[in-house]
Amino acid sequence: MTLRKVLVIGSGPIVIGQAAEFDYAGTQACKALREEGVTSILVNSNPATIMTDEGIADVVYVEPLTVPVVERVIARERPDGLLPTLGGQTGLNLAVALADAGVLEKYGVRLLGTPLETIKKAEDRELFKQLLIQLGEPVPASRTCYSVEEARAFRAEHDLPLVIRPGYTLGGTGGGIATTDEEFEQIVRRGLEFSPIHQVLVEQSVAGWKELEYEVMRDAADTCITICNMENIDPMGVHTGDSIVVAPSQTLSDREHQMLRSAAIRIIRALGIEGGCNIQFALDPASMQYFVIEVNPRVSRSSALASKATGYPIARVAAKIAVGRRLDEITNAVTGKTTAAFEPTLDYCVVKIPRFPFDKFPSGDRTLGTQMKATGEVMAIERSFPAALQKAVRSLEIGGRSLLWEDKLWGEDEHALADAVRKPSDRRLWALMAALRHDWSVDRVHELSKVDRWFLNQMAAIIRMERRLLNEPLTPQLMWRAKRLGFSDAQIATLTDLALPDRVRRQRQEWGIRPVYKVVDTCAAEFEAQTPYFYSTYEEENEAPPLPGPKAAVIGSGPIRIGQGIEFDYCSVHSAWALQRAGWRAIMVNSNPETVSTDFDTSSRLYFEPLDDEGVRDVLENEGVDETPAVCQFGGQTAINLAGPIEAGGGRIIGSGVEAIDLAEDRERFDDFLNNLGIPRPAGGAVTTVEQALVVADRIGYPVLVRPSYVLGGRAMEIVHDASELIRYVTNAVELSSKRPILIDKYLEGKEVEVDAVCDGQDVVIPGVMEHIERAGVHSGDSTAIYPGVSLAEWEVDTIVEYTVKIGRALGVRGLMNVQYVLYDEGVYVLEVNPRSSRTVPFLSKVTGVPMVQLATNVMLGTTLREQGYTTGLCKRQRLVAVKAPVFSMAKLVGVDTALGPEMKSTGEVMGINGRLVPALAKALMAAHAMLPRRGRLLVSIADRDKPEVISLIKRLALLGYEFWATPGTAALISSLEVGGRRLAAQRASKVGGDGGAPTVLDVIHGHLVDGVVNTVTGGRKVLQDGFEIRRAAVERGLPCFTSLDTLRALVESLEGGESGWDVRPLPEYLEVDGRAAAVRR
Amino acid sequence: MRAILVLEDGSHFRGDSIGAPIDAEAEIVFNTCMTGYQEIATDPSYRGQMVCMTYPLIGNYGVSDHYAESRRPWISAFVVRESIDDYSNWRAEGGLSAWLKHWGVPGLGGVDTRALTRRLRARGTMRAVLAHYEGTPDVVALVDRARNITPLSEKDLISEASIAERYRIPAGGPARRIVVVDCGIKQNILRSLGRRGADLIVVPHLATAGDVLALNPDGIVLSNGPGDPAALPGVARTVGELIESGAPILGICLGHQLIGIAARATTSRLRFGHHGGNHPVKDLADGHVHITSQNHEFQVDGDSLPRDSGFVVSQINLNDGSVEGLRHLTRPVFSVQYHPEGAPGPQDNQYVFDQFLELVGRE
Repeated sequence: MTLRKVLVIGSGPIVIGQAAEFDYAGTQACKALREEGVTSILVNSNPATIMTDEGIADVVYVEPLTVPVVERVIARERPDGLLPTLGGQTGLNLAVALADAGVLEKYGVRLLGTPLETIKKAEDRELFKQLLIQLGEPVPASRTCYSVEEARAFRAEHDLPLVIRPGYTLGGTGGGIATTDEEFEQIVRRGLEFSPIHQVLVEQSVAGWKELEYEVMRDAADTCITICNMENIDPMGVHTGDSIVVAPSQTLSDREHQMLRSAAIRIIRALGIEGGCNIQFALDPASMQYFVIEVNPRVSRSSALASKATGYPIARVAAKIAVGRRLDEITNAVTGKTTAAFEPTLDYCVVKIPRFPFDKFPSGDRTLGTQMKATGEVMAIERSFPAALQKAVRSLEIGGRSLLWEDKLWGEDEHALADAVRKPSDRRLWALMAALRHDWSVDRVHELSKVDRWFLNQMAAIIRMERRLLNEPLTPQLMWRAKRLGFSDAQIATLTDLALPDRVRRQRQEWGIRPVYKVVDTCAAEFEAQTPYFYSTYEEENEAPPLPGPKAAVIGSGPIRIGQGIEFDYCSVHSAWALQRAGWRAIMVNSNPETVSTDFDTSSRLYFEPLDDEGVRDVLENEGVDETPAVCQFGGQTAINLAGPIEAGGGRIIGSGVEAIDLAEDRERFDDFLNNLGIPRPAGGAVTTVEQALVVADRIGYPVLVRPSYVLGGRAMEIVHDASELIRYVTNAVELSSKRPILIDKYLEGKEVEVDAVCDGQDVVIPGVMEHIERAGVHSGDSTAIYPGVSLAEWEVDTIVEYTVKIGRALGVRGLMNVQYVLYDEGVYVLEVNPRSSRTVPFLSKVTGVPMVQLATNVMLGTTLREQGYTTGLCKRQRLVAVKAPVFSMAKLVGVDTALGPEMKSTGEVMGINGRLVPALAKALMAAHAMLPRRGRLLVSIADRDKPEVISLIKRLALLGYEFWATPGTAALISSLEVGGRRLAAQRASKVGGDGGAPTVLDVIHGHLVDGVVNTVTGGRKVLQDGFEIRRAAVERGLPCFTSLDTLRALVESLEGGESGWDVRPLPEYLEVDGRAAAVRR
Repeated sequence: MRAILVLEDGSHFRGDSIGAPIDAEAEIVFNTCMTGYQEIATDPSYRGQMVCMTYPLIGNYGVSDHYAESRRPWISAFVVRESIDDYSNWRAEGGLSAWLKHWGVPGLGGVDTRALTRRLRARGTMRAVLAHYEGTPDVVALVDRARNITPLSEKDLISEASIAERYRIPAGGPARRIVVVDCGIKQNILRSLGRRGADLIVVPHLATAGDVLALNPDGIVLSNGPGDPAALPGVARTVGELIESGAPILGICLGHQLIGIAARATTSRLRFGHHGGNHPVKDLADGHVHITSQNHEFQVDGDSLPRDSGFVVSQINLNDGSVEGLRHLTRPVFSVQYHPEGAPGPQDNQYVFDQFLELVGRE
């Protein structure tokens, strides 16, 4: 077998359930292939990834992940093999589709790693069940039923409780667990009714059982090893991605562990996987009975976690196995001596906690179930469970909320607390703690939650320490014990009379109580480790003496959340690389296990720590505060927020100073600053009371844009149309950030333009200008952005460049800066200035060829832009058009409105690139799965004020061969255009029978009678509510839903352009201009 | 109560007493298994050793008679980062520290076990004293005590760990008769054989070849056990005679080392032993790698195996290349250094018992 060229499929945009872990896996895999002398061809539509960077894969295509596109890649590159197991479910599905379409056979491409049959078996519930039964592995008995009678027949053969899952409803709506026959009948009836195909799956219930995961690897020689096992603290019933997970398992005896481990090995053997695999089990907490729940025949989120939890690089090894290596031929990169054929052993405890988006979506349903809702996760490593748990909570960055937090209601209403303990939600951990704090017995909490008593007892130990801190005088011994249980300085401050975290810090340092750092080495210290991967703990021996020589700490961006995604990890990684290239040692601090930044070979030294004041300062002090400057501008708002505390604690920030950050965020000072420069911005002000807010709004006139200061991703940003809405907003927002004012700006509905720039205090280099398709009012992160600004007038570009240069110089920015503008009524206004890296840096770096993060990092180290070959001005424009389109995970977030607005909602992005705009747009839409078929049917429901604007679009769609269903309010418009529209009944009309039997909106969506939905909103709560059901139904059925006419216009243009216009080329082929030489001084 | 662990190199670790409030003097080794502390404590091969568990949380699932590998714990002491008293498992019959107290085994909790492990890795297995104290411990005196502990090789540990009288574990039906020489056997070896339908007769380690052969065995198993194999020339001689008899023989751990000595190979001490459930062993015949459970301080020196012994090295440890298995080229005799019965540790190597019973032949 000789493999020379292998195609790797990436996972595409970040969505809930498929996040940065696949960039981590893909990056490792491509590097591993290179080590093996195999040429890697990578296709991924996500530009914000390290894997699509120069120097990772050999040939990179940033192209849509569709069969026709990948077929063109294959035809051009002619790879010998296809590695589908590193791109998540996207990669597997695409590989199956390519095989089914005959593409692999046609071009003689061998599927590597996991056999096609296995992929299919693991995906198909029935095939999977049959396979396991053949193997003699237990699976829960189940039957698909289409009637109550069928369900009854199954019930007759099986004991209660039984779980009923309606087919094709999101998040199991209408299903439930039946513990009595009466409940059973009731839930089955309800489930059949809720299911659009009138189908329910009735299954033996394993609710309350332990949930365990095993990461297994196998090579072609049939050597099988398990990398790690993990135990979910939340018992069965909560998606493992949404569960709090501990590694290794804590409550399993050796006998139980070996039983499941052996089963996992039998399964990977039977599946014939060559590579990695994840197997999930349910284990009865009161017997040796277990069931196999799920198999993922690929690397996964769990394998990324297992890699970071153990130090074993699963993706790297899986890639090598896929091209024919045996486990014992691969060196263990951690020890450098032993081989990959061994099982890691841990001498610490790892806790993972998911990061949920409910802070951004307060209306979202917080209940956790089988549908994953988390956008990201944090991991913490410590030597005890309480310490790991508390450290993980610190890492979550949820407004400094420690385990001391309680919902007010819980203290007042026992039923509310019981409910919060029983029902899985993102808050349950705090509810468990609250119940224990309110003296509920461990048994009672266990009965309600089914969380194993072991975990509850460990939490009770935290509570006992809380009481000691509250009641006893603080002694060195007590402080030491508290730190060993993971109490942060902030928690100790709250519980003792020291009151301030800084006083706690000073006191404990006086007592000589400091964390030490220990190595993650895969082998519990049995062998010497080569890898510099550390975690803090309160023990005796410190294994991390300060690194010698010039060094800097890159502060990472923490868990992936809406508004702070993989882009910032991308920047952190590039900064670490740039430091190393410049001869500095790069120290990475981060808490996110999914990322490339926390791969042990990305930096010179990795500290896996919470990104809070205490965690980062401890690391800097361990390395020597004076010798270790911090780089804070690449890790998003997380890192920026730490700049102040680091400086206050005696640390040093390199790059733009705290002063520049504060100036940009302080409304009044920033207004003065811009005034002095003669740069206009929308009128507005900063307010702290309702009265002030009303005065400002009256002065500038409605509509106004309101938001709290110091937030990323437009959290809680709204467009407000009148005084009553403003009062509601300000009143509700007070709790959000009492210390920070609320900002009110005149809302200018114009074209938004965004630039990223690199400044060294003197020169300001602008790699490119991006214009947004959606007009201002849609959050920039949710906008479709085009490079270069194709529709901008020359004077507009000139003005933007002039302003950007002025701002960069006047702010004294050293490093990156992002400025957002709105073009309104012949004027250019500054919306926002951020003296840090932005979401668009990876995209812009890729399409301009300007290595922005590297330039910025070098600037911080003292190398000017001129010394790097760049001068002030806009870099020469590339002869290409690149479109960055947002991707949403709305289907998974029940209860969340999908309409675009000033609040950011997207989770990821894709890029479409081409020589011309329209094909680039088409590719971006295809990659975002927002493309419509060439002809079809659309459901339209248009707000009155948009109706004049929509007419031309409707006509153009009609010319393309589109037909329309229209809501009553829009039907008149459609029929007046004579384009073949049909009128729908009002949403609930058919129920009252008043609309002549016309189908309702939901009928056509659920019945798949339309290919897409256009629904615009005028704003205001009431109107939003009306369209809400339409939009939810559309996303839950997977239909493209357009809420902005600007996006729709782009779509129409793409459809008119047809498919023939775009080409499929490696990324560097689009880039013709060397950005360096082109920078011109203005 | 406070207690301290003092090593012969002068290093010391303070912590809380977690077991019986008595002092201990013994060698100290570290074990890297994350589960199976009770199996480890009750493995007779640990006679004469304190065990430092590298996994920090010990006691999580309590103790149960189900997990005992012999009639009592044999370790001299447990040293852990954290002893968990609030255990949770359906099978648990009690907590670890209470169980240690019941059996008179001391323990030390709250120790930076990683620091201790790194020291043992760097300096090799050492002698140590676990002492209870009030006020300030006299470290100098304790170091002195540690240095005066009789080395493991000079102790007769096997006599304590073996049995006085032979006994039989009958099979349910017609079965092959396997005589097991108990040098300090783990129960799961007997269970693994019994599960395969063997009729088992367990004899003391001092049984002569004549005693064993008089039982008309279809096969012979030489068990694991504590101490230095070189200190057991008598048993090795017996093993040599048994090999000569032509009977199928399986040697496990100490049994493997005794076969090595009988084959005129030398044995030596490993720097810090192999104690864990994750050791990769490569089968030289088919190239397969097996993850094994290990607990041994001594090894058969591969280079010392005479060419004319009839034995070859069949398996090696991938980490350090040490000998993990011997196989006789013509006789039905083979041995493994690791524990095919796991307990604690992987069950992947149960095939060793199948291979042995294939050699023994069908009834």
